[in-house]
Amino acid sequence: MKIVVCAKFVPDATADRRFRPEDNTVDRAGVDGLLSELDEYAVETALTVKEAAGDPGDTVVTVLTVGPEQAADAVKKGLQMGADAGVHVLDDAIHGSDAVATSLILAKALAKLEADLVVFGMGSTDGSMGVVPAMVSERLGLPAVTLGSDVTVDGQTVRIRRDGDTASDTIEGTLPLVLSVSDQANEPRYPSFKGIMAAKKKPVETWSLADLELSADQVGGSAAWTEVVEVTARPPRTAGTIVTDDDSGPAGSGAHQLVEFLSTNKFL
Amino acid sequence: MSNVLVLVDHTDGQVRKTTAELLTIARRLGDPVAVFVGDGVQDALPALGQYGATKVVALTNPELTQFLVAPKAEALQQVAAKVEPAAILISSNAEGKEIAARLAVKLESGLITDAVDVQEGAVTTQSVFAGNYTVQAKVTHGTPIITVKPNAATPEAAETSPEVEEFDVTISDAAKTARITDSKPREATGRPELTEAAIIVSGGRGTGGDFGPVEAFADSLGAAVGASRAAVDSGWYPHAYQVGQTGKTVSPQLYVAAGISGAIQHRAGMQTSKTIVAVNKDEEAPIFELVDFGVVGDLHKVLPAATEEVIKRKS
Repeated sequence: MKIVVCAKFVPDATADRRFRPEDNTVDRAGVDGLLSELDEYAVETALTVKEAAGDPGDTVVTVLTVGPEQAADAVKKGLQMGADAGVHVLDDAIHGSDAVATSLILAKALAKLEADLVVFGMGSTDGSMGVVPAMVSERLGLPAVTLGSDVTVDGQTVRIRRDGDTASDTIEGTLPLVLSVSDQANEPRYPSFKGIMAAKKKPVETWSLADLELSADQVGGSAAWTEVVEVTARPPRTAGTIVTDDDSGPAGSGAHQLVEFLSTNKFL
Repeated sequence: MSNVLVLVDHTDGQVRKTTAELLTIARRLGDPVAVFVGDGVQDALPALGQYGATKVVALTNPELTQFLVAPKAEALQQVAAKVEPAAILISSNAEGKEIAARLAVKLESGLITDAVDVQEGAVTTQSVFAGNYTVQAKVTHGTPIITVKPNAATPEAAETSPEVEEFDVTISDAAKTARITDSKPREATGRPELTEAAIIVSGGRGTGGDFGPVEAFADSLGAAVGASRAAVDSGWYPHAYQVGQTGKTVSPQLYVAAGISGAIQHRAGMQTSKTIVAVNKDEEAPIFELVDFGVVGDLHKVLPAATEEVIKRKS
């Protein structure tokens, strides 16, 4: 079986994330980046499925990323966790692609890889639209079982539990298919020292748009179907009132002052 | 005026508040046409008319609800082909976003998700990077497809008496591949839905696993209950109630964080709340940088006392 994990390289959420003033796109070069945390759950799912397979040697886990040069780090992290191979789609023309164009690139690469099982995280930690798995499924004409909190692969059947707002559903589909997993699906492993050393010898291919039979005018900022008109940094919140709860009677009571605040602001 | 499609969010004909918000927004862009999938359209009709639906397109094909989103996306594509809408508005929840994603590919149209506002000309506002930036965007190709977050508008009534038009759709075999084999409804808590609530009281690590004081305070205020990732990961509260980057993003009128330190992961989910209140033992907790009002103290002491006083004042 060929399992492909689609992984995204994102600006570190704990860093000072920002936009490029010249074209209102996410600054991916000036801010430290890493494998989107939510994609670690996808890598873990792929590795678990491989390990549970009758003959794990027959299953290959490939980490696929689309992104700038530094995005190779996202592939590397996947390999260190235990994936077998990596593919990095790298082309200057990709810069500024929206979700629809990204799904086109991924779909072409997945077709070329002849993926049986495509695994995504529930969303990226930067754009966080969470729409690319559905778009890729639509493009490839494959079933999509999404947002799995519990995943079982039983022969050709993939079954997930999805915990929604109003119900917990069991959903199943047949391979080949597109799967996305939530952060409840598992506990992603840390790369071991052995894994880190082994990753250096694993094959990583770099593909251009031409390798995917795509042209530059199908992707990137000029082909985007959406446009960011304006980006505004949110003004910092003005400092609020902070009181310390003590036992000096009603005036010092945190609860009393809290309720006073709620009452003054008409929340009662 | 041109038509604007609104996909109705409902449970057996009980229309959710988000639909009233979508219809209100749709009226800024054109004439709202409500698309209703499943049973119960007659029950939904008064609510849809109250908020200005000029027409209701009813889709009752049972295949629409037996499978994951793909058939609904096909159906909407067929409705769009007939109605030729100026925009398509869908609720920004897991299902809505996936329907929108498929529709964007089918209609070769731009997609914007998680709008917190939509104004004339279909210019949207989104809150990004953990609420640190506000972005305005628009669709430049095809029919604008926009998913809208709860509380993006205050529902405004505009009474109409829409007619129901049954619409027959054809679902391809390719769309009938991800089957819902079982569905266990979540137990009702009697509290407001987290993403729609005007007030939310959330508990974190500081609860020590006891959500009693958090729930009691929430109930005194008529609020929804939320939880931080730390509390959910510890198994203290179900994941469905998690507020944060990997849970729900909320933007209520009032957000009360009890025993939550305020890590970026949590802030991403609540930073755009109108008013923020925190109770935390640690005066250094980063949550205090965000608050309008903060109490440095033990939530197990402060919340029960506050609950008692709220109940007293309300009675």
